[in-house]
Amino acid sequence: MTSALLTLADSRLPAGGHTHSGGVEQAIAAGIVHDPGSLATFLRRRLATSGLVAAGLAAAACGAAAERLAALDDEADARTPSPASRTASRQQGRGLVRVGRRAWPSPLWDALTDRPHHPIALGVAAGAGGLAPRDAASAAAYLSISGPATAAQRLLAMDPLTVAAVTARLSPDVDDVAERAVGELPAATDPLLDLLAEVHAARKDRFFAS
Amino acid sequence: MPPDHNLDDYVDPYAPGHRHSADGKPGPLRVGLGGPVGSGKTALAAALCRTLGAEYDLAVVTNDIYTTEDADFLRRNAVLPDDRIEAVQTGCCPHTAIRDDITANLDAVELLESRHPGLELVLVESGGDNLTASFSYGLVDAQIFVIDVAGGDKVPRKGGPGVTAADLLVVNKTDLAPMVGADLDVMRRDSAAVRNGKPTHLISLREDPSAATVAEWVREQIRARVLV
Repeated sequence: MTSALLTLADSRLPAGGHTHSGGVEQAIAAGIVHDPGSLATFLRRRLATSGLVAAGLAAAACGAAAERLAALDDEADARTPSPASRTASRQQGRGLVRVGRRAWPSPLWDALTDRPHHPIALGVAAGAGGLAPRDAASAAAYLSISGPATAAQRLLAMDPLTVAAVTARLSPDVDDVAERAVGELPAATDPLLDLLAEVHAARKDRFFAS
Repeated sequence: MPPDHNLDDYVDPYAPGHRHSADGKPGPLRVGLGGPVGSGKTALAAALCRTLGAEYDLAVVTNDIYTTEDADFLRRNAVLPDDRIEAVQTGCCPHTAIRDDITANLDAVELLESRHPGLELVLVESGGDNLTASFSYGLVDAQIFVIDVAGGDKVPRKGGPGVTAADLLVVNKTDLAPMVGADLDVMRRDSAAVRNGKPTHLISLREDPSAATVAEWVREQIRARVLV
């Protein structure tokens, strides 16, 4: 591992992640997330499904050639049933490409489309930064819960120390997901997350892009 | 291993003067409009659209609390078609979206640029924030900070990055000064003291809905950019 992984997973990396809640905003509106316990449950559920899928795709994209990246982008589409979630993923992919190109210059970036899925961009960023597929999987798994946790903190005015503790205690789960994702392209989905994403996208009164 | 990066030669492609569209021409001038809630940012944006809309190819990005409030106001008051207004969600942090992580705003600006290739001016209106709010120069070329007389004549003296460092400080609602007991001379003098020679305009959008002096300042910025 190099410190590039820390930069990649840092919520302060200006890739647009702070405008996405990963379904938490709608989960709060629906009464599903309301306290630290329900937040932890939601995050664990997200990690086990979209987090696992993202980790597998990011690991596969790390160091992959252009044709493989295009195929992986299609695989990401196929594993993301909700159109709103696909849009959110591509939005975040575009943001990561913008900063990644500047932070880790590499010919690998030219193999990507303008708006790749986020895990694909993450894999390329990891490769450009000298990281291994397992690192890319770790970053994807961690990011699948860190952004949503912060969104819950903002929306519910939760104690930030509590939210940090919830995130930190999920570390073994994050490691487990990253470990299992390498070499696989998991296809776990969660109808609840898909439904939340679709209902959220239709709202006019939302703070977050997803 | 990642390639070595020689930072001595690093040129920021987004820095003012370095950003160019595909054909090598400078892209549109991006002007940030920041300031506290209720000071008149959206009203100023609408005024600038009305005054400058016939002269320049322009568009607006809004960063409202809720997506559509300011955008709807602009549609009504600036006669700006929908495809020239983009609203971004700021994840409860309007300040972050214009300074620390400008991704969502860059996406919106670039979308407008691709939709209108001849664009000459993009106004980026921040969500209402406090006196510490300021735009990153990765997002805008110049920024206007809008405060108002009714907020109290002590505001310029309190300072903060918006008041001290904005390229133009606008003190709006001068017509309210007698009603709220604000001393315009104090505001003018305190602004000059903290702004190190940068301009301050005292205006009343109620008395001059065209925002003539601010529009003229924006014209100067566009002319200066074209000459670069």
